[in-house]
Order: sequence, then C-alpha cells, then structure tokens
Amino acid sequence: MSDLENFRQETRTWLEANCPQEMRQPVRDDGDVYWGGRNATFQSDAQKAWFEAARDKGYTVPSWPKEYGGAGLSAPEAKVLRQEMARIGARPPLSSFGIWMLGPALLKFGTEGQKKRFLNEIARGEIRWCQGYSEPGSGSDLVSMQTYGEDKGDHWIVNGQKIWTSYADKADWIFCLVRTNKEDKYKGITFMLFDMTGDGVSTKPILLISGNSPFCETFFDNVSVPKSYGEDCPGFVGEINRGWDVAKYLLGHEREMISGMGGGERTTAIGTAMKRHAGKTGDEIDAVLRSEMALFDVDALAFTAMAEKFMDEMKAGKGHPALPNMMKYVGTEINKRRHELMMSAGGSRALEWESEETRGGKAPRDWLRTKANSIEGGTSEVMLNVISKRILELPGG
Amino acid sequence: MPLFHTEDQAMLADSASGFMAEEGNINKQLRHWRDRDCPDGFGHALWKQMAEMGFTGMLVAEDDGGLGMGHVEAGIVLEEIGRNLTPSPFLTSSVLAATALGHGSSDLKGRYLPGLIEGDSVFAVAIDETAKHRPSRISTKAEKSGNGFKLSGSKSFVIQGASSDMIVVAARTSGSDEDEDGITLFAVPKDASGMHQDPVRLVDSAMASHIKFDGVELDGDAVIGEVDGGREILNAMLAAGRVGVAAEGVGVAQGAMDMTVDYLKQRKQFGKLIGEFQSLQHRAAHLYSEVEIARAVTIKAQQLLDEGAPSADLMTSVAKSKVAKAAGLAVKEGVQMHGGIGMTDEYDIGLYMKRDRALAEFLGDAYFHANRVAELSGY
Ligand SMILES: Cc1cc2nc3c(=O)[nH]c(=O)nc-3n(C[C@H](O)[C@H](O)[C@H](O)COP(=O)(O)OP(=O)(O)OC[C@H]3O[C@@H](n4cnc5c(N)ncnc54)[C@H](O)[C@@H]3O)c2cc1C
Ligand SMILES: Cc1cc2nc3c(=O)[nH]c(=O)nc-3n(C[C@H](O)[C@H](O)[C@H](O)COP(=O)(O)OP(=O)(O)OC[C@H]3O[C@@H](n4cnc5c(N)ncnc54)[C@H](O)[C@@H]3O)c2cc1C
Repeated sequence: MSDLENFRQETRTWLEANCPQEMRQPVRDDGDVYWGGRNATFQSDAQKAWFEAARDKGYTVPSWPKEYGGAGLSAPEAKVLRQEMARIGARPPLSSFGIWMLGPALLKFGTEGQKKRFLNEIARGEIRWCQGYSEPGSGSDLVSMQTYGEDKGDHWIVNGQKIWTSYADKADWIFCLVRTNKEDKYKGITFMLFDMTGDGVSTKPILLISGNSPFCETFFDNVSVPKSYGEDCPGFVGEINRGWDVAKYLLGHEREMISGMGGGERTTAIGTAMKRHAGKTGDEIDAVLRSEMALFDVDALAFTAMAEKFMDEMKAGKGHPALPNMMKYVGTEINKRRHELMMSAGGSRALEWESEETRGGKAPRDWLRTKANSIEGGTSEVMLNVISKRILELPGG
Repeated sequence: MPLFHTEDQAMLADSASGFMAEEGNINKQLRHWRDRDCPDGFGHALWKQMAEMGFTGMLVAEDDGGLGMGHVEAGIVLEEIGRNLTPSPFLTSSVLAATALGHGSSDLKGRYLPGLIEGDSVFAVAIDETAKHRPSRISTKAEKSGNGFKLSGSKSFVIQGASSDMIVVAARTSGSDEDEDGITLFAVPKDASGMHQDPVRLVDSAMASHIKFDGVELDGDAVIGEVDGGREILNAMLAAGRVGVAAEGVGVAQGAMDMTVDYLKQRKQFGKLIGEFQSLQHRAAHLYSEVEIARAVTIKAQQLLDEGAPSADLMTSVAKSKVAKAAGLAVKEGVQMHGGIGMTDEYDIGLYMKRDRALAEFLGDAYFHANRVAELSGY
C-alpha cells in the first residue's frame, strides 16, 4: 500500500472514532457553524467534541505547519482528508475568517512572531477575526478608501468608518485597511491588526433582505493602534504603507473560499434532491423545470471538476495567479442559480418566512443570502474585469 | 491523481501540438481537401504520418501491438485535432473502433489492428439509425444463417463510412428494438456484398454514409465479443468516443477563442481597440471561464474512464454536454466579435463554427447528455 493509501486508511479510522454522527449532517444554518472566539459557545456536546478532537490533531487547519497549530499535511494528504470528510459529510470543525483570509496572508507576509501568536490563536479557535476593507465610498474601487491613521510614533490614531463588516459585532479582532499616506493611493495603505474591544471602536448591525444581520457598520473614533505587540510581533502585516499587496493577496484567498459555495466538493445533483422533496409533498416537477435542473447539474458537476483542478494546480504552483477570480465568478453565479431552482421546485412552501416546519423560512432566507455571493469579496463584474485584464490581457485601463 | 497532465503527458502534448500545427493545420488539411471536393474528406498521407507519430495505436493494448495508453493521452491528440480542425480518421478508427476491437477475438485483432497501427486502414462505426443519436434503440437485424449471420437494416450518418476498410456495426440478434440485451457487434469488411453506401457531405466538409444492409452475409468470426453480449462493448465504445469528442471540442473551443481574443487586440473602431470595450471584455472573460471548466471536466472524465471508476459514466455525459455548450459559445461569440469578416469563407472562424456544430451532434448533443445526467442521477 502506498503512503497515501495508508494515510487514507488512518484518516478513515480517525474520523470514524472522532467525528460524532451529529457532525455528519449538512450545515442547516449559522447556528450549526462553530466560529470560535473569546465569547464562543458550543451548540452541542458533539460540536464541542468534534472541534476539540480536530484542534488537537491540527485538523482545523490541516495544511498549516505544526508549529502554527496545523497538521503539516502535504497537498495530496490534504486532498485525501477533504475527500474523506466529504465522503462522510463531516462539517468543518471550525470556520473563521482567520482560517480563510488572515491566516494565508500571515503565512506569506507575517513575521515569525506574528505567525506563532496569531496563527496558533486562529487554529485553536481562540480569537475570532473580522475584515475591515469596504467603506461607504469605497466598494469595488477599494483602493480609494479613506479611513486614516495618524502616526504618533509608537502607535497610530485611527479615525474613519468601515461598512459591510461581516460579524463585526461578534469578532474579537479586526484586520483593517488604514490609510497612512494620503499622497500615494496604492502605496499609502497599512494592513493593521487590532482589538475590537479597544476604546473608540463601535459597531452597528445592518439588517439584510434575508432578515438576518450578520454584518455591520464599524466606526473608529480616535482608536489607538500600537505599532508593536511585543518582540517580532508588529501591529501591522507586511510593511507600513505597503498593505495593498497584503490586501490583494488576501482577496485571492477570500475569492477562493467564496467560490467553494458553488459546490467545490459537492457531487450530488440538485435534481435528485428536488425530486425526492417534491415526492414528499405530493408535487410533481414540470418537464421544463426538470430540463433546467439537468442543464444546471451539468454546469454544477462540471464546476466540481474545475474546483478540483484549480486546487490541484494551485497546490502544485501551476495555474494562473488570477484564477481565484474566475472561480469566484463562476462559483457564485452557480450558487445563485441553484437557489433559484430550489425556490421554483419548492413552490409556495418556499415562500414561508417563519413557520417551524420550514425552519424559520430557511429556503427564502438562504435564497436571498446567495444574492450577496456575487457582491461580497468583489462583484462578478469586477471579477470579469480582472479575468479580461490579467488572464486574457485585453487592452485598456 | 491530480487533475493536470503528468510530465509524460505534457511531453506528448508538446509534440502533438507541434505536429498538428505543422502538418494538420487548416490550410494544409481542411481547406486543401475541401476545396478539392475530396471524397474522403481527409488525407491518407497525414494518417500515415500520425501512425509514425505513434498516435494511431495509442489506445490499443501493448499485447496487441499498440501503446496501451489511456483516454487522457488520446484526448491530448484530439484536442490538437480540434484546435487545427484537422480532418482525420483518428476518432472513429483509433478511439471508437479500436475500443470495440479491444474486446474482439485474437483473430479479429490480428486481422484489423496492424493496419490501424500502421496507418494503412481506416475504420468507421455504425450505431445510429436516425438523425438523432439514440443508441438505446437498435433495429438493424442479424439473423443466424448457417455458420454465420445475415445482416439487414440500415444505419445513418456513418462518419467516413465510404472511406473505411471495416465498419463496426451494432445489430440486434435477439429481442425487440428498445431492449438493452440482444445486441451484437460485427466487424463488417468494406467489400461485404449487399452493403450499399450513400455518402453525403456534411456542413464541416466531413463525409458521412447512409448504409443499407441487404442480407449481408457475415462469417461467425465477424462477431466482436459475444453474440447478444454487445451492449457492454457498445457502452465502452460510446464512453471512449464521447470523452474523445469532448476533448476535440475543447480544442475547437480553445482555437476559436484564441483567434477571437487575438482579433480583439488588433481591430480598431471608434479610435480604440475593440478589446477595450467592456461589453466585449466581459463576454470574453465569461467565455474563458466556460472553456476552462469544459477542459477541467473533460480531463476528469478521461481520468475516471482510465481508472475504470463507476462515476466515469456520469462524468462522461457531464463533459460531453458541458463541452458542447462551451464550444458552441466560443464559436458563436467568435463569429459575432469578428463582425462582418467573421461571416466570410476566407476567415477561419466560420470553419470552427461548422466543425463545432458537427461535433456537438456526434454521439449525443448537449440536451441528450443533460437528460442522461438527470437519468443517471435518478430524476
Ligand atoms: C454579505 C456581504 C458581506 C460582506 N462582508 C464584508 C466584510 O466582511 N468586510 C468588508 O470589508 N466588506 C464586506 N462586504 C462588502 C463587499 O466587499 C462590497 O459590497 C463589494 O466590494 C462591492 O462594493 P459596493 O457594495 O460598494 O458596490 P459598488 O462598488 O458600488 O458596485 C455597484 C455595482 O457597480 C458595479 N461596478 C462597480 N465597478 C465596476 C466596474 N469597474 N466595472 C463594471 N461594473 C462595476 C458592481 O459590479 C455592482 O454591480 C460584504 C458585502 C456583502 C454583500
Ligand atoms: C451579410 C452581410 C451583409 C452586409 N451588407 C452590407 C451592405 O450592403 N452595405 C454596407 O455598407 N455594409 C454591409 N455590411 C457590413 C455591416 O454593416 C458591418 O459588417 C457592420 O456594421 C459591422 O462592422 P464590422 O464588420 O466592421 O465590424 P466591427 O465594427 O469591426 O465590429 C467587430 C466587433 O466589435 C464590436 N464593437 C464595435 N464597436 C463596438 C463598441 N463601441 N462597443 C462594443 N462593441 C463594439 C462589434 O459589435 C463586433 O462584435 C454587411 C455585412 C454582412 C455580414
């Protein structure tokens, strides 16, 4: 047996022993997701057991090095773990912006001291992070952002406003783009890290069309951000005034993560589930709707192959560096189509907004939430701009 | 296995792309034979060269004198064929017929495979009996007669039928038209008496035959595999052919897209390169995404087929359907973005459109395979 096959066997055995049955059910809503952080509580004993087992094994961040809280898995091993988790439907033991976004940026740009501290905190689910990029006047044109940090020697005094900051009211720390030089648009931004409980930070939740309010306006009123948190642990990532490089690199990972909503490892056809569902309610699926589903399933299943190829190529250092933009564009458009079809198949039942049988109107709320997929992390139009400029190298500014 | 080419495969891709661009290009092959009204629609000299390159026997097992390669490798050659719109018997002979013959007796293999490997023989496959692909229904009959069989019925649109030295024919030896069982495959030599071919030219300049079998007498040793056991071989042949068409379609899509993106960087209107207009940029970027996905699902299907994985069947239909859509988009956008010049015969983009149309239809169109995806998924 090859090493990889051995690893697969070990992984199966480990998952069998450590992933409770309840944690092998699909995630139904945000309550089923464990986000970690100072104020985190577990929804169930099973969620706690699964998180702790994974944390102790380094499986909250399997491919990060062991000294930073990961398991140090190679790319093929990490793929095997993903496949084995998908096979039993295991939920992610820990989800967080730290894992998807800040972690990769620190691995690339962080100092040893920052990695030791922040990566371990992320891997162990101790600190929950939020992302302070967008501002009221700066969305797609992010680099025009204005939140300003005045240099006070060993610290900055930060003033300004962020918006659409997901989970800002629940986060412990923020990674935040702050202008530190007003003369230079691109080379005047610093990527700062600071505590959300500090003086002058306040948040105000925004209600979404889905009826939930997972994101906020975030205000900074004379917030003091230290330049250092101790030896080899600066309060910013990369260099001062060169935060845009870090921001862009992080966006690549964010886009990759969001593209996964299109069904990275998901391999079941939507039509299968919808037919089963319709059978239960005594409904029939019209022939033309069935056709739409079939054409959708072709696109969605083809995209699972794309997601696999993309991961394999990225891990092997092949593939165009701008590919995450393409993955994000396609993955989010597919996810929106999926939910449109689910709404059509669900009929009037999918319109119910509150009842217990519909788990509080899950279908329409999820459907509405997916509309943000092609906006958050860079809109579809911006993704198409990037593909045409960076991959196809089409002319023009 | 990672979803990209191994080093060996990348080397093969290099040599196949160089060779096809040099010898199989549009002016040297497609236009050359089309403008001469060639009754084959392809050149035998190129077929011989492809044999020298080792392409013709790629899918033939090593024990049978071939290279024993897989669908990923065959797909590499097919993608270059697609990119250059190279007319050749590769798909019908080296992929479809070779897959069927792989299930044949050593006698049949000995009779046909050396000619294929040497590039001296050309084979065709006769499955469909109507204008749409429908392999579930086979009514052409082969009745027992002495030690052999008597074949009667008809097949339609047999690609390169009239140019072939042998045709693999799917016929019914028992049961009724729609039965799964009761199919037998026969290797029918070109000079079989009672076989009448009526060749027609298709939109992409390829030749296809309508074939009538008027009590064609066949020896028992013309049977490929077992009598009444042909469905499984037919399915293997179809799977190989479908991923093959998908790979060729990816080449067609890539070729059309590359031409178009180049054009966007050259043509000026309103004092600008037309590639500066965002409406065209977004459509080009969308097209790029679709072509990349088509490529990914094709290599996935090839790998699954090479591994003999049960999910190969589903992914093959996903690939065939997806590629048909993506390549269709590539040629339509290609012609549109070329403006008036895209409508001219002199410009190659229209040739891509024609080839795509024929490939999309061959072995089941996007709708046939989407329907199959639904059926295989239980709805
Ligand atoms: C659910 C959700 C969660 C979010 N979470 C966060 C978060 O945690 N942290 C954070 O910082 N931000 C977050 N965002 C903000 C998100 O990144 C922005 O909404 C996004 O970048 C778009 O900016 P905007 O909303 O200002 O839209 P605008 O930039 O004003 O865009 C409006 C429309 O114009 C189009 N457009 C803009 N520029 C171009 C162009 N050059 N070419 C063609 N079309 C163009 C856009 O595609 C869009 O359709 C979140 C957003 C959502 C919806
Ligand atoms: C069958 C046929 C018959 C014709 N008959 C006649 C005739 O009788 N008399 C005559 O004078 N002409 C005739 N024409 C010419 C026809 O009017 C032109 O082909 C047409 O105006 C497009 O111009 P073009 O071919 O130069 O394409 P281009 O203008 O070069 O366009 C190329 C591509 O760029 C796009 N594009 C160009 N500008 C922009 C922009 N600003 N924004 C976004 N996209 C842009 C176009 O939509 C197209 O997709 C005929 C054309 C055809 C195909």
